[in-house]
Amino acid sequence: MHLPDEFINSGAAASLAGAAAAMVGFAVHKVRQAFMEKIPVLKMRLASFPDFGGESGMSLESRLSRYGREQVWRMAVAGALIFAAQMVNFPVADGTSGHLLGGVLAALVVGPFAALIVMAVILSMQALMFGDGGIVALGANIFNMGVVGALGGYAFFQFLLRGAKDKKKIFLRSAFVAAWVSVIGAAVAAVLEMAISGTEPLSTVLPAMTLSHIVIGAAEGAITVAVLAILMQRHFKIAAFPDESSDEQ
Amino acid sequence: MNHQTNNKWWQVLALAVVIGGGVSLLASSSPDGLEKVAQEQGFIDRAARYLPGLMPDYQMPGIKSERLATALSGIIGTLGVFGMLFLFGSRIFSIPDQSESTPVMEMEEAKIDSLKS
Repeated sequence: MHLPDEFINSGAAASLAGAAAAMVGFAVHKVRQAFMEKIPVLKMRLASFPDFGGESGMSLESRLSRYGREQVWRMAVAGALIFAAQMVNFPVADGTSGHLLGGVLAALVVGPFAALIVMAVILSMQALMFGDGGIVALGANIFNMGVVGALGGYAFFQFLLRGAKDKKKIFLRSAFVAAWVSVIGAAVAAVLEMAISGTEPLSTVLPAMTLSHIVIGAAEGAITVAVLAILMQRHFKIAAFPDESSDEQ
Repeated sequence: MNHQTNNKWWQVLALAVVIGGGVSLLASSSPDGLEKVAQEQGFIDRAARYLPGLMPDYQMPGIKSERLATALSGIIGTLGVFGMLFLFGSRIFSIPDQSESTPVMEMEEAKIDSLKS
């Protein structure tokens, strides 16, 4: 799934790097906002009972929320887990293998924008240290697996939950479907980029890539659900789990 | 309370290290979905790598045993991602120490004092 260099041309690589940088920058902005909380502080100067010169007022103070401190841990551990899981290639049909992308898993555990940052760090690490995915194609890979995979997958997950009566009941099912679709989406994005770059015509690559990633996506869904189920059973906080959004305290 | 929450996540980090350094040895070496299609369509030769990285193909350089090299690079990579995200988070979002909300109160009092004078 990681595009090597030269699979996409420099024009596509440059514009996708720009898009990825913009999205990651926006994500950092969003996450940082959530880390800090504005708490109203009641200022009060007490006076004697008949109101002589007593005053009270509100002011806003920024401080790091408890949520922020926990979120750093969640993001770092989720990143480590997904990086490790990405190393484990599992065989799918006829001499092909696949591995977890983890976009939807990250988005559900730490929230969509934090997940984009997590994915960007993982992919950068892979490109810089392990030669997994080209350095020129890094922006494209962040776009495919972070923006399309994590943000797009999360949006699709929210779409699945919308209007459902018992959101808890269909939480895992929706996570499975969203993870599955996110892999296919990321693969199709990679195919489109290669087609635009003139590497291969769409008609030959699209069916083959879609087919193999339907299989890989099913495994992605299964792993995502398994990890979520284990985390939930052990009472870890899952950002996207309904009715537990009262994280910020 | 907060300390306890962190301890719980340590367990997952430990699991990640075990997966990166242990389970990853069992990984299939077949080409992945994209590489397979590239082989079949005959454009795999285009693939280039302008930056090989410190540990190309998840092999720690200078180690004879291939399995050990993979395990070491997996552990380093897993801890590296953890460390980078942790530093990133704590640097950008500048975590103060556990001293809860006392600074805010002190600041308020200082402000009120300055208003008085």
